[in-house]
Amino acid sequence: MATSTQLPPGPSGTSSQRAIGWVRKNLFNSWFNSVLTILAIAFVVWIVPPIFEWAFVKATLTPSIEACRAVSGACWGFVNANLRLIIFGVYPYDEQWRPLLAMVILLGIIIASLASVKYPRLQKLVLPMWGLGIPAIAILMWGGILGLTYVQNSSWGGLPLTLILSTIGVVFAFPLGLLLALGRQSHMPAIKTISVVYIEVIRGVPLITVLFMASVMFPLFLPEGVSIDKLLRAQIGIILFTAAYLAEVFRGGLQAVPRGQFEAGDSLGLSYWQSMRLIILPQALRLVIPPTVNSFISMFKDTTLVVIIGLFDLLGGVKLALRSDPAWTKYYVEGYLFAAAIFFLICYSMARYSAYLEKELRKGERR
Amino acid sequence: MNATELNKNVAPPPSDEDVITINKANKWYGNFHVLKDVDLTVRRGERIVICGPSGSGKSTLIRCLNRLEAYQTGEITVDGILLGDDIKNIEAVRREVCMVFQHFNLFPHMTVLENLTLAPIWVRKTSKKEAVELAMHYLERVRIGEQAHKYPGQLSGGQQQRVAIARSLCMQPKIMLFDEPTSALDPEMVKEVLDVMVELAKEGMTMLCVTHEMGFAKEVADRVVFMDAGEIVEMGEPREFFANPKSERTKLFLSQILSH
Ligand SMILES: Nc1ncnc2c1ncn2[C@@H]1O[C@H](COP(=O)(O)OP(=O)(O)OP(=O)(O)O)[C@@H](O)[C@H]1O
Ligand SMILES: [Mg+2]
Repeated sequence: MATSTQLPPGPSGTSSQRAIGWVRKNLFNSWFNSVLTILAIAFVVWIVPPIFEWAFVKATLTPSIEACRAVSGACWGFVNANLRLIIFGVYPYDEQWRPLLAMVILLGIIIASLASVKYPRLQKLVLPMWGLGIPAIAILMWGGILGLTYVQNSSWGGLPLTLILSTIGVVFAFPLGLLLALGRQSHMPAIKTISVVYIEVIRGVPLITVLFMASVMFPLFLPEGVSIDKLLRAQIGIILFTAAYLAEVFRGGLQAVPRGQFEAGDSLGLSYWQSMRLIILPQALRLVIPPTVNSFISMFKDTTLVVIIGLFDLLGGVKLALRSDPAWTKYYVEGYLFAAAIFFLICYSMARYSAYLEKELRKGERR
Repeated sequence: MNATELNKNVAPPPSDEDVITINKANKWYGNFHVLKDVDLTVRRGERIVICGPSGSGKSTLIRCLNRLEAYQTGEITVDGILLGDDIKNIEAVRREVCMVFQHFNLFPHMTVLENLTLAPIWVRKTSKKEAVELAMHYLERVRIGEQAHKYPGQLSGGQQQRVAIARSLCMQPKIMLFDEPTSALDPEMVKEVLDVMVELAKEGMTMLCVTHEMGFAKEVADRVVFMDAGEIVEMGEPREFFANPKSERTKLFLSQILSH
């Protein structure tokens, strides 16, 4: 061993020998790879230390303009000073414990529902949790009863708004997308046509247009005196939009289930809906977990577009904070980075959960 | 039942009652005439083997019997129920007729036991407990009881096909259809599946079986039906059918499959 440094060390080598072997095998196995490795290392050395210095070493967390002016690094003081405005938007300051509690309840229900895959005992609780949780959240957010002051939903904002819009978006877009996907495969011409036209029209326009239509055009079609509020219209816009995309994702899954599965269901005497629910959909949906979660992630990020119709979501909260005092305006990088970090955290969790779910559901099925 | 207990090797004779009547059935795929004026009557307890060259319409014919395929003219009656477009009739027929497929078509996301209890619970509205008992009973019968909690993907082809047969039996059907149940299997697994089918035949199940296993036909069939180009060319009692085929097409077909 000691004499032949040429040979890659075997599994019996020390850990440092093994590490060297790994590096050689994976990073320097050809001159081209060696050049790439060196360039990559150079790039990291060039870019990381200054960022680290800016974000941590020369930064300040003190929530005052003076402190920020005194440092050359990041002014996290801006976020610190405006945290509640960023997180809760224009929700009345003294009542902000309500959206906070609502958010905690919502996240709790979501996490419990997602965990029920692993803990079957939770499964019975999922529906009751949503059944109780949603009214509780509505009461907390709106108030008007139980001694809570009434808060118009046009003053909802920040992270709670983002979470509510996207959760309700998922809860409704999922079944609607499923129906559209089934409709598109239907043998009944009317249902098929409606589904196809719907999907293609919605997919053909940007969400921003759908939201504009929902907020400007939609009221024109309603009879005089009837009005649906802005938030609800945005929510409906998001649902309709996401459903069209999900429908196409689900269609892919349905088409991947072999015909023999339908025939087996038929020949056992199961009805169409029984076959769908018990045989086809469990297989089809499992196949499309990654693109489905992908759609959810993009929908979650797209909720930020409600800013254009005058609602202040998390990103809108940052904007409000920047505008609150002209002195803060130049610290927009810190503000948007903070919002980006929250978005990233949530989106990345979704992606991880999707990978976990796939693995969990495949357990046992194949060796 | 008693007769079979006494003499396990002799299949009971079919009754006189007709359970399936196919009357001048015709089917087209577009311009392609797949079934041409097919006439066939099956008595309760009868075992029929259908053979014929590839593409002759064998699968299509038996798939018409539980309405996996629709036919265009003629009349098919199963257990007294006219099979047409009426969904009620179709569902009623499907409760009495089960089919075993060439590629098993087990549900891969369910355990063997769940595969078996699904239809009894949802279609027959059997209680879960009873459905499980029934399933275990039939799994034992196809000699695979110890695999109940595995997934289909963990079983061999022969085992999967036996599970598929047990799944059909759990619906306690009056008629069973088999579409080349052994032709997707490795040779060493064919026998274990045929053994189960022979047992079923000897218990008096009404069976229509598309197969080229001529040994099986000779052992249990009451009649062998030969199809070619969408027509029933010839049918007869197996000994007669194999010894003295009447038509040239049958002779040619038999010489081809028996020469292997
Ligand atoms: N969905 C379909 N559309 C058009 N033609 C079809 C369709 N299904 C079957 N056919 C044709 O109908 C004919 C009969 O098919 P069928 O499957 O009944 O034959 P088979 O006798 O079972 O043959 P094999 O021994 O190969 O299974 C074949 O020529 C086939 O190509
Ligand atoms: Mg066939």
